[in-house]
Amino acid sequence: MAQFLAMGGYAWYVWMAYGAAALVIAIEIVAVRARRHRALDQLRMSAEASPPPPSMLRPRSAR
Amino acid sequence: MSVNWFRFSSPVSFYPLAGAWSYWFAILAALLAGAGLVVGLVIAPTDATQGDAYRIIFIHVPAAWMAMFIYLVMAGWSALALGFNTRLSAMMAQALAPTGALMAAIALWTGAFWGRPTWGTYWAWDARMTSTLILLFLYLGVIALRSAIEDPRRADRACAVLALVGAVNVPIIYFSVQWWNTLHQGSSISMTAAPKMAMTMFADILIMTAAAWCYTISVVLARVQAIIVERERGASWLESLIDLRPKGTH
Repeated sequence: MAQFLAMGGYAWYVWMAYGAAALVIAIEIVAVRARRHRALDQLRMSAEASPPPPSMLRPRSAR
Repeated sequence: MSVNWFRFSSPVSFYPLAGAWSYWFAILAALLAGAGLVVGLVIAPTDATQGDAYRIIFIHVPAAWMAMFIYLVMAGWSALALGFNTRLSAMMAQALAPTGALMAAIALWTGAFWGRPTWGTYWAWDARMTSTLILLFLYLGVIALRSAIEDPRRADRACAVLALVGAVNVPIIYFSVQWWNTLHQGSSISMTAAPKMAMTMFADILIMTAAAWCYTISVVLARVQAIIVERERGASWLESLIDLRPKGTH
């Protein structure tokens, strides 16, 4: 294991490259999920603040 | 069998589809990345001249390819948005820019940490590095331009024009190693010749590229969902999403 982590003496370069890539990808995933949550939350709040007219509350098939 | 493709050009029918694809491509990306990392970090043999530093290739090359490819896809959606004035095309272009910027940043960062042990420097104003840095700035420029324009439809058109003009940079990056004889070496993989590297390494670059592809599709579709909700607010069909996703379950 220690030998694997040492990467033949290139540990700093290899793990800085892989680590940074993993970090920014993780940040992007969290950010995108948060953005979707936020958008849906705002949609819900605006819908609760002004309920849609009764015609829109019918199920899809009835429209 | 006839499929009405225009059906999918409307955000209404695209929204649920994007969610399903995003989910399955995320699983595929995780499986491919897991396999690619095991092969790249453990199974692939140590390089005779570069030692283990060469293992950076397995993220560097896929990220650099994706950065260029995402830009072309973004320019393609931008052209559609300008030509047909379709909202969803512009939203796709908008959703691609941050992931493209991320791929360009990863390519530059990993290149720096590969360049230091092999060339002796983290950075040089080499033709390929410089043109890739310009690619990153183009992505950031598209993102900044959008946030600077309040009317989303005007922002769509402005960003589309910028994306299309910037597309000339992509062939410059691609051919830079042939046109200018600076630090970055020529491509190790060519469409017309056998790869100049061991088969395991070549195969793993392809696996990691496939993983990057699936990741990009997944994360961009999730982002386009968010953009649809943000921009179509007030459209009656969106209200049905609230019923589908009650509090706390999405």
